Amino acid sequence: MDTTAMLIDVAILTPLVAVAGVLTFSRKPNLREGVSLIAGVLLLLVNLKLYASFNHGEVLSRQWLEILPGLNLSFRVDALGLLFGLVASLLWPVTTLYAIGYMRGHNEDHQTRFYACFAIAIAAVMAIAYAENVFTLFIFYEVLSLCTYPLVTHAGTEKAKKGGRVYLGILMGTSIAFFLPAIIITWLVAGTLDFQQGGIFPEQTPIALLSLLLVLFVFGVAKAAVMPFHRWLPAAMVAPTPVSALLHAVAVVKAGVFSLIKILVFIFGLETLQQIPATDYLLYLAGAGVVLASLIAMRQDNLKARLAYSTISQLGYITVGVLLAVESGIMGSAMHIATHALGKITLFFCAGAILVASHKSEISSMVGLGRSMPITMTAFFIASLSIIGLPPTAGTWSKWWLLTATLETDHLILMGVLILSSLLNIAYLLPIPLRAFFPGKQAVSGPVAIHEAPPAALIALCFTALACVVLFFFPNPLFELVSQIFSEGTP
Amino acid sequence: MLSHLPILQVILPLLGAPACLILGRGKLAWLFALLVSTLSFCIAATLLYTVYHHGVISYALGGWQAPWGIEYRIDLLNAWLLVIVSGSSTISLLAAQSSISTEITLDKQGLFYVAWLLCLAGLLGILATGDAFNVFVFLEISSLSTYTLISLGPNRQSLWAAFRYLIMGTIGATFILIGIGFMYIMTGTLNMADLAERLPSASESPTVFAAYAFILVGISLKLALFPLHLWLPNAYSQAPSIVTTFLAASATKVALYLLIRFTYTIFPSEFSQFIIPLADIFVALGIVAVFSASIAAIYQEEIKRAIAYSSIAQIGYMVIGLGIGGVLGLQAALIHVFNHALMKATLFMALAGIAVRIGATTLTSMQGLGRKMPWTSFGFVAGGLSLIGVPLTAGFISKWYLVSAAALAGRWPLVFLILLGSLLAIIYIWRVVEALYFKSAADNSPVKEAPLTMLIALWLLILGNVYFGIDTRLPVSISYEAATALVEGRP
Repeated sequence: MDTTAMLIDVAILTPLVAVAGVLTFSRKPNLREGVSLIAGVLLLLVNLKLYASFNHGEVLSRQWLEILPGLNLSFRVDALGLLFGLVASLLWPVTTLYAIGYMRGHNEDHQTRFYACFAIAIAAVMAIAYAENVFTLFIFYEVLSLCTYPLVTHAGTEKAKKGGRVYLGILMGTSIAFFLPAIIITWLVAGTLDFQQGGIFPEQTPIALLSLLLVLFVFGVAKAAVMPFHRWLPAAMVAPTPVSALLHAVAVVKAGVFSLIKILVFIFGLETLQQIPATDYLLYLAGAGVVLASLIAMRQDNLKARLAYSTISQLGYITVGVLLAVESGIMGSAMHIATHALGKITLFFCAGAILVASHKSEISSMVGLGRSMPITMTAFFIASLSIIGLPPTAGTWSKWWLLTATLETDHLILMGVLILSSLLNIAYLLPIPLRAFFPGKQAVSGPVAIHEAPPAALIALCFTALACVVLFFFPNPLFELVSQIFSEGTP
Repeated sequence: MLSHLPILQVILPLLGAPACLILGRGKLAWLFALLVSTLSFCIAATLLYTVYHHGVISYALGGWQAPWGIEYRIDLLNAWLLVIVSGSSTISLLAAQSSISTEITLDKQGLFYVAWLLCLAGLLGILATGDAFNVFVFLEISSLSTYTLISLGPNRQSLWAAFRYLIMGTIGATFILIGIGFMYIMTGTLNMADLAERLPSASESPTVFAAYAFILVGISLKLALFPLHLWLPNAYSQAPSIVTTFLAASATKVALYLLIRFTYTIFPSEFSQFIIPLADIFVALGIVAVFSASIAAIYQEEIKRAIAYSSIAQIGYMVIGLGIGGVLGLQAALIHVFNHALMKATLFMALAGIAVRIGATTLTSMQGLGRKMPWTSFGFVAGGLSLIGVPLTAGFISKWYLVSAAALAGRWPLVFLILLGSLLAIIYIWRVVEALYFKSAADNSPVKEAPLTMLIALWLLILGNVYFGIDTRLPVSISYEAATALVEGRP
C-alpha cells in the first residue's frame, strides 16, 4: 500500500474532520471558523501533493469497500479529477474567508449548521472528483444534493422552503428517475462501471440503447442544469451568498458538468459518442439552452438571479463542448470548469458584498455604486470580462478552445450560437459595473454613506478576481493538466 | 440441545406467554418478554448460520417421522425470515415498555406482553413448520393475538380497526384453511414436501386448482396486497405505536413468505406459470399498489397512517419482484423484505417516540419537533431516506436489485415505474421533514427527547439502515442462495 494514495482518503476525510471541529466549537465562532479555514488550507495542500505525485506519473488509487458484488467504492486520481479537486479546494478556504465576513456582517442564524453542511459538501465534492467508477460518483452525487439542501433552505422562510423543494425535487427526482436506471442498465450491458479510456460499452451494443442511455445520463445529471432541468439553480439562489458562490457557481454545478464529462468521455468514449445520433440532438438542445438562458438572464433585475441564469448559460458551453466529442472540445470544457469557476465565484462574492454593504439586491438600484464600493465593482468588472471571454482574463482560453472545437467539427451554427451568447454576456454583465462607475445623468441613489464590505469578504473577492487575470498570463499548468486527460493509459 | 433448535424457536415464546401472565404487570413482564424474544433471536441466528453452512434442517416433532408426524423444516428462506421476525420483535420490545407506558393502562400491560409473545410464537411457527395445517394453526395464533394487540390502542377507534381486521383476517385464514382442506382431499397429506411430490399427479383436477386459488387470495389478504389492503391503514394507525413497529416489520413479511412457499415449493410450477398468468398479475397489482398507496400516503394528515400506506406500496415492490421472477427477481424481493423491515421499523419507532412525548403523530402536531427532539426526528429522516432509496442506505440496495431484475428481464417500462414510485416516496417523506424542521410549533413548550430505551432501539435501527447500505454481504449472499434454491428446487 503506497502512502501517497492514502492522500485520497485524507482529501475526503479532512472536511469531515472539520465538521467534527465545527460542531465541537459551535459556541465559539472564532475557533469554529478557524477550524474551517485550517481544514481548507490543509485540503488545498493535500490536493497539491496529489497533483505533484500525479505529475510524477504515479498511479494513485484507493479501494474502500465493495458495496455490491463487483461494485466498489473506489477512487483514482486522474487529470480531470485533479482539475476539479484543485479548483474546489482552492476556493473552499477563500469562500470560508468570505463567509466569515458575510455571515457576520449579515447576522445570519444557525452558522454552525452552515459551516458543518458546507464542509460535508466539500467532502462529497472531493469524493466525486476522485471517483473511480460511476457507482461511487453517483453515491456522492446524491450526498452532495442532500447536504446542500439545508444550506439552500438556510433562511427558513416560506420562499427558502419553496426553493428547497424545487432544488431537491429536481436534483433527486432526475437522479433517481434517469441517472440511476442509466447506471444500472450500463452495469448490465457493460459489466463494469469503471471509467476507462475509450469507454466501456462492448462494440455490438445497439445504437438505440446507447442513445437512450446518453439521453438518460445527460438529463439525469441535472446538476449540469441542461434545459429543461435547470429550474433548481435559480431556486437555489435563496441560499446565503457564500453558498451560491461556492456551491452553485462552483461545487454543485461543476460536479454536474464534471460528471457529464467523465461519463461521456470514459463511459461512452469519444468514438462511440460520435456515432450516436442522439448526440447531435442533445448538442443543439444544449446550444439552444445557452442562448435561452442568456436571454432570460438579460431580463432579471435581481443580481443573483441574473448570475444564476448566466451560470446555466455557461454550463451549456461546457455541455456543448463535451457533446462535440472531440479532444479540443473536451479540453475547452475542462478548462471552462476552472475559468468559469473563478469568474463566477467573484461575481457572486461581489453580489454578496453589495448586499451586505448596501442591502441592495436589484441591479437597477446599483447605479453609481462604484463610487462608494470601487474595489468590489472593479472586481466585478474583471470577472465579467472573464465570463465573456475577453483578454486579459482567464475565460479567453476556454472559450478559444470551445470555438476551435466547433470549427473542427463543422458545427458553424453552434459557433454562431456561442458567439451570440458571448455578445449577450456583454449586454447583461458589463452594464452593471459600467453604470456603477459612470451613472451619467441618472440620479445617484444612496444618501447614506455606503462603505466597502467587511475586509474578510474584500480579500476573498480580490483574490479570485486576481486569479482570473493571473490565469490569463500563466495558463500553462492548467493547459498541461487538461491535455493529460487523454494521454494517460488505461487503468 | 442444538438439534432441537427448530422447535425451541417456536416453543420458547409459546411457553413464555403464560409465564408472562404469571409474572404479572409492568416491568417484570417486560424484562421477561424481552429476554424470551432475545433468546428467540439468538436461536434464529444460530439456525441461519447452521442452514447456511450445513444445509436444510429437518426436525420431526415428537420423533414422528414425516409425512405422518409434523415436520419442522428450516431452509435458508425461512431461516432468513425467522431472523427478521425475531429481530424486529426484540428491537421493538426493547422500546416497548417506555412506549406503552402512556398508551396502555398498568393493569393491562402484563397482558400486552402475553399477547405479544403469542403473536411472536405464531409468526415464528408459520415460518418454521413444514406442515401445511400447522401453518393454519399458527396463523390463527398470531392473528388472534394481533387483533388483541391492535385493540389495546389508545383511542376507541382501535377497537373498530381491530374488528375490521378480525373480519378480513378471518376470511383470509378461512380461505387458506379451505385451500389446505382441498389439497388434503386430493393428496391425503399435509406435509409440504410430501404435497409437492403428490400434487403434480393431481394437478389436472379443478379441486387442486381451486385450492391454489383459495390459498392465494387468503394469503393476499394477510399480505395486504392491493386491492385486499383496506384493513391495514386502520390497523397500523390505531394500534399502540410499538405494536405497529413490530407488525410493520414482521407480519406482512410472513405472509409474503407463505406466498413464496406455496408458489415455489408446494404447488407445481405450471400452476403459477401457465394456468394462471400469476407473474403478470403480481406485477400489475404491485404497480397499482405502489402508485395508489403512495399517492394516498401523500394526502394523509396522520403520519402513522401515511407510513402505513407506504407499507402497502412497499409490499407492492416485493410482489413486483416475485412477478419478475427468476433468481434475480426473487432475490430482489427477499432483500427488500429485510431492508423494508429495517426502514419501516425505523420510521415507526421514530413516530412511537414522538407519540410518547406529544401524544399524537399528526402533521401539524409534529411541527417544529426537529429542534425539540433532534435525536428522534433524525430517526424519521434516516428511515425516510432509506425508504426513498438514497445511496449508502439499505433502501438503495433494494432498489438497485429490483431495477436490475426488471432491466435484465427486459421490462423497461417497469424500470421507470419502479423509480417513479420512489419519487412519490420523496414527496410523502419530505412533507414530514419540512414540518419537523421548517415549521415552528404552535406552542413553544419544551418537549423532551424520547425515552432512553426507545432512543437506543431507534439508533440501532438507524445504524442498521446505514450498515446494510454499505456492507451488503449478509443480505445479498443469503437472499441469493435462498432464491437459487427456490428456483432450482421447483417441483
